[in-house]
Amino acid sequence: MNRRQFFKFMGVAGAAAGGASTVRGEEWCSKAPPDSMGCLVDLTRCVGCRKCEEACSQVNGLPPPEKESCDCVVFDRKRRPDENAFTVVNRYFSGKLTDLDKPVPTFVKTQCMHCQDPACVSACIAAALSKQSNGAVKYDVSKCIGCRYCMVACPFEIPAYEYHDPLTPRVRKCTFCYDRISKEGGIPGCAAICPVEAITFGKRSDMLSLAKKRLRENPGKYTDHIYGEKEVGGTAWIYISSVDFHRLGFPSLPHEPVPKWSETIQHSLFSYLWSPMALFGILAGIMHKSGKKNREGRAKEASDGS
Amino acid sequence: MGHNPRPLRKKFWTPGTLVMLFFMIAGALAVIARFTWGIGCVSNLSNARPWGLWVGVDVAAGVALAAGGFTTAALAHIFGRHYYEAVTRPALLTALLGYTFVVLGLFVDIGRSWAIWKPLFNWNTNSALFEVAMCVMVYLTVLYIEFIPIVAEQYKGKVNLWGGFSVFNGFFNRFLKIADAILDKTMWVFIIAGVVLSCMHQSSLGTLMLIAQTKVHPLWQTPILPLLFLVSAFSVGYPMVVFETTLASASFKGDSEMSILAPLTRITVFLLGLYMALKLGDMWARGSYRYLLDGNYQTHSFIVEMFMGVMVPWGMLLFKKIRESQRGVFIASVLIIFGVVLNRINVFIVAYTPPVSQTTYFPAIGEILVTLGLIAGLMFIYRFIVTWLPVLNGSKEVCS
Repeated sequence: MNRRQFFKFMGVAGAAAGGASTVRGEEWCSKAPPDSMGCLVDLTRCVGCRKCEEACSQVNGLPPPEKESCDCVVFDRKRRPDENAFTVVNRYFSGKLTDLDKPVPTFVKTQCMHCQDPACVSACIAAALSKQSNGAVKYDVSKCIGCRYCMVACPFEIPAYEYHDPLTPRVRKCTFCYDRISKEGGIPGCAAICPVEAITFGKRSDMLSLAKKRLRENPGKYTDHIYGEKEVGGTAWIYISSVDFHRLGFPSLPHEPVPKWSETIQHSLFSYLWSPMALFGILAGIMHKSGKKNREGRAKEASDGS
Repeated sequence: MGHNPRPLRKKFWTPGTLVMLFFMIAGALAVIARFTWGIGCVSNLSNARPWGLWVGVDVAAGVALAAGGFTTAALAHIFGRHYYEAVTRPALLTALLGYTFVVLGLFVDIGRSWAIWKPLFNWNTNSALFEVAMCVMVYLTVLYIEFIPIVAEQYKGKVNLWGGFSVFNGFFNRFLKIADAILDKTMWVFIIAGVVLSCMHQSSLGTLMLIAQTKVHPLWQTPILPLLFLVSAFSVGYPMVVFETTLASASFKGDSEMSILAPLTRITVFLLGLYMALKLGDMWARGSYRYLLDGNYQTHSFIVEMFMGVMVPWGMLLFKKIRESQRGVFIASVLIIFGVVLNRINVFIVAYTPPVSQTTYFPAIGEILVTLGLIAGLMFIYRFIVTWLPVLNGSKEVCS
């Protein structure tokens, strides 16, 4: 704490103790970086080739994906991203049939959504997670203590943990290929490899316009919902699909940013530590008064106890 | 009854302490496994269920049950009810050991235990967990400071260490003397700070789960969770004192302290009633009662928590006859403690519903052994300290 902060702190505390201050948290506002990057995933294009999983493993030095490129068995069960795979593709059958009465699959790629106002960043005890100006939610292992509160907080259940490392486990999740996209013209490994252009990388605002354009130009093809446009205040990764998202394993989420509620409570109670200071003052007053009363009443008892 | 704490100086090795030792060894083996093969080896924690028994019981319930420390300190020292001083020392010791074991539990639970100091230098004031951690750290220090006069009372000028350590006798004697003299004048600061810090982190423990708003069952997910945590900590403070004092006087054959416990219980009726009103009012305001008849394990757990842990003991304590019977007060206190422990387990474990994978969780044997080992260790050290330091009120037969 520097001098200026200290005086501000003391001033507010004094005002609070004097009863002049009211319980008023500062208005919560989004800390989403302006002009950040995003990805649009068009589920109508994805064919489930899982090239993105392969590319992701290579870029991030992870073990090769399960039963590489064999979609026969891999799709039989739903997989989640974990400490060895930052992205996975799952297959869903929504009930639609082809001309030959075969069910039509929808393939869904899952990875960190890189929320605009990430719950994990707000939760992290040691500021090991941060929202970068390019949109990536970045993890800094050098600050992490392994409390796993980020995993508790994440509404998409994305951060995974190295539970079998006894001393130096890491939280693992999609990095948005931070190093690649920080370079001019760099794009994430999965978006670069996708053979059917199901993943488009660019400014988030451009991705939103692109999504809206596709919805507008292909009436009847898509459901009228851009997942990630508004969910939890917006995510860097957004999806469009021909099938309702709740049938594809996407959680239904409120449009309020997740941290808003807890941060508002936390800051209205503890900004400049006004409430602890005020409580300290009140209790000291009570203690002084009751001590005086006791001393007057029973002088000899005063020496007893601490 | 006078305030006359003395060391018990009774036989230390009894069947009870041997049972504690057994659980401590079993827990220690599980801890060794955890630090050899990782958390995944001894626990059922997963990517979908990152917090389990250790956070729910060792940390959240542990902190709540240590509330006897600050609630009795507030009553006796701040509100000047010196009548209750006889229970402040055992409550202080319970709080001190409780928080020490919360921190030990955290060392097992967090993945990088050796990095536990890092939040000190990487502040995130948006994080409720950051605030809890800072408060717990400072409060634990305050508790140790508050305990120094008790050590000084027994050993000031009489420090006599074994063998080679005896060269430090003079140093410790001087330390105790100076610390005791300083604390004699400044103790009020630490007592108030202890109460303030407790109010802060008891409530912020409730804030913890607010950020998981989409994952916590609506029966528990409410913006007043911090207030509920604070008031439930207030209301479990004196029942913990009753529980502890009754057990101690039974197992050490001391005096029953009903003359103190009965009036304490009257305060509990008010605090627990307030908690119940807040819980029910919140349920009514949010309309969450419509989940009550869902009939799954979550709603059952909520009903048990509210009925057995809040309503029944509150109803019991309304009767003067029960308030004045040692057995009645003890049973009501046990129910209140059960209710608060179940509440913490419910909020952190039972209510937690990962929306995508829908995974369920039940603690692994390794997790249970660690938790039991920690509880046994706490009781073992409590027993050790009351044997040698003036904590419990001396009874006539033993100390005359």
